[in-house]
Amino acid sequence: MSDMLVTLALILGKLLFIFGVVLFMAAYLVLAERKILGRMQLRYGPNRVGPFGLMQPLADVIKLLTKEDFVPARADKWLFLIAPGITAVTALLVFAVIPFGSPLEIFGRQVPLVVVDLNIGVLYFLGVSSMAVYGVVLGGWASNSKYSLLGGVRGLSQMVSYELSLGLSLVPVIMMARSFSLTDIVMAQQSIPFVLLNPVAFGVFFICVLAESNRIPFDLPEAENELVGGFHTEYSGMRFGLFFVGEYINMVVLGSLVTVFFLGGWNGPWLPPLLWFLFKVLAVCAMFIWIRASMPRLRYDQLMNLGWKILLPLSLVNILVTGAVLLGLG
Amino acid sequence: MHVIRGIRGTFQPFWVTLRNMFRKPVTIQYPEEKQQLPERYRARLILTRDPDGAERCVACHLCSAACPVDCISMQATEAEDGRRYAAWFRINFTRCIFCGLCTEACPTLAIQVTADFELAGRDLLKLVYEKEDLLVDHCGNNNSYNFYRQSGIGVAAPRGTNPGETPPADVKDLMP
Ligand code: SF4
Ligand code: SF4
Repeated sequence: MSDMLVTLALILGKLLFIFGVVLFMAAYLVLAERKILGRMQLRYGPNRVGPFGLMQPLADVIKLLTKEDFVPARADKWLFLIAPGITAVTALLVFAVIPFGSPLEIFGRQVPLVVVDLNIGVLYFLGVSSMAVYGVVLGGWASNSKYSLLGGVRGLSQMVSYELSLGLSLVPVIMMARSFSLTDIVMAQQSIPFVLLNPVAFGVFFICVLAESNRIPFDLPEAENELVGGFHTEYSGMRFGLFFVGEYINMVVLGSLVTVFFLGGWNGPWLPPLLWFLFKVLAVCAMFIWIRASMPRLRYDQLMNLGWKILLPLSLVNILVTGAVLLGLG
Repeated sequence: MHVIRGIRGTFQPFWVTLRNMFRKPVTIQYPEEKQQLPERYRARLILTRDPDGAERCVACHLCSAACPVDCISMQATEAEDGRRYAAWFRINFTRCIFCGLCTEACPTLAIQVTADFELAGRDLLKLVYEKEDLLVDHCGNNNSYNFYRQSGIGVAAPRGTNPGETPPADVKDLMP
């Protein structure tokens, strides 16, 4: 009985920890992104609220919370109201299977630093992450605005084309690790991370992750220049904020996944595993930001061409080659 | 060739953004740092005085007619000596767009622009400037012009005695 209580308490503790850390990181990623983008464009970025603008996320939240929560007259009310939640929640859900540190020794028992170590963690991630598009599509559809609708449709078709390559680029990883569990995948990279063993899979996965996060160069669902705000054109206040936070939570989550699948997870010399993990995730996020500062948005046909004519065949060939090599090595 | 250009075009921007990141931003941090304004910057309007210290404005309404947003209003009166002036003169700076057309229209150089642009405030009524707020104690950008000494009107000095003026002709002298 008490054993179960302790397990429950540990799970709760881990949940709270993840929740806090991920939200904190999402909030400060926004700030970091604005600052880094600013510097890359020879500006300072936000630097007025608090020292170095460090209180900016708080100011943003207060602003968003006090704004009017507006629902357009002909909108599909309920869908419109829950869509932002779907985006944020699905992004958070993925974090359940991500191992963010090597198992700890607490109260004389092994505590894996992951909420649930599912033996089909990869499938869970693929399933849940494709649910995230419902937020975009439903939000776009429920707004009853042409811009939102176009954004939603774009989001959907983009997700369909890239989800395929995303899944396929993970097959070599699974073949190399011989497991669907994310913890085992990290364990398999103890000596050498998969990014060095299979750079092609890493490349395809990284591009698909970019597309998955709806960020430049794949931010067609938003496309400020053509679609005003894309799927969130009609949103205001904290509901817009949820979409926004969802995007950054997604960034953290996808950064963690890149870390887990290819960068060796928490493995690393000298530093504690947790720090290594954090460091790698932040590095991936910094890469996202850098890409955003440097690349233009793809045109729609380019996006589709890249997805179907390059990434998909590439990942298929990669699976064959990886399989052949693994077979050859025995 | 095509491929090489494509690859270069994809990776060059990353180098550019990275290099920019370590440069000093060009931002002027406004309240602490101030921009060096051009000499003829157009902002808050003033009503200047002529070299003799009298008000230049003759309340001719030309500025308010020229103003595209109709933010100047005034009431004209005349002094004992025949000098026209504005009983009250009001510029609504919440509407002024600082186009400077009023200064172009003014025949007496009375209304002039200054470079003081820091007019923002929370109380709109405080931005409605009355004559006391507008009138200054200097000549603005022209230290010599005095309308009454140029126009041949005998107010500041009798007619014909101002610099560059010839005395009025005696009509009886002009008989053939
Ligand atoms: S600057 Fe332009 S807008 Fe302002 S008072 Fe003069 S004419 Fe009107
Ligand atoms: S400021 Fe100039 S244009 Fe306006 S009423 Fe006075 S004299 Fe006339």
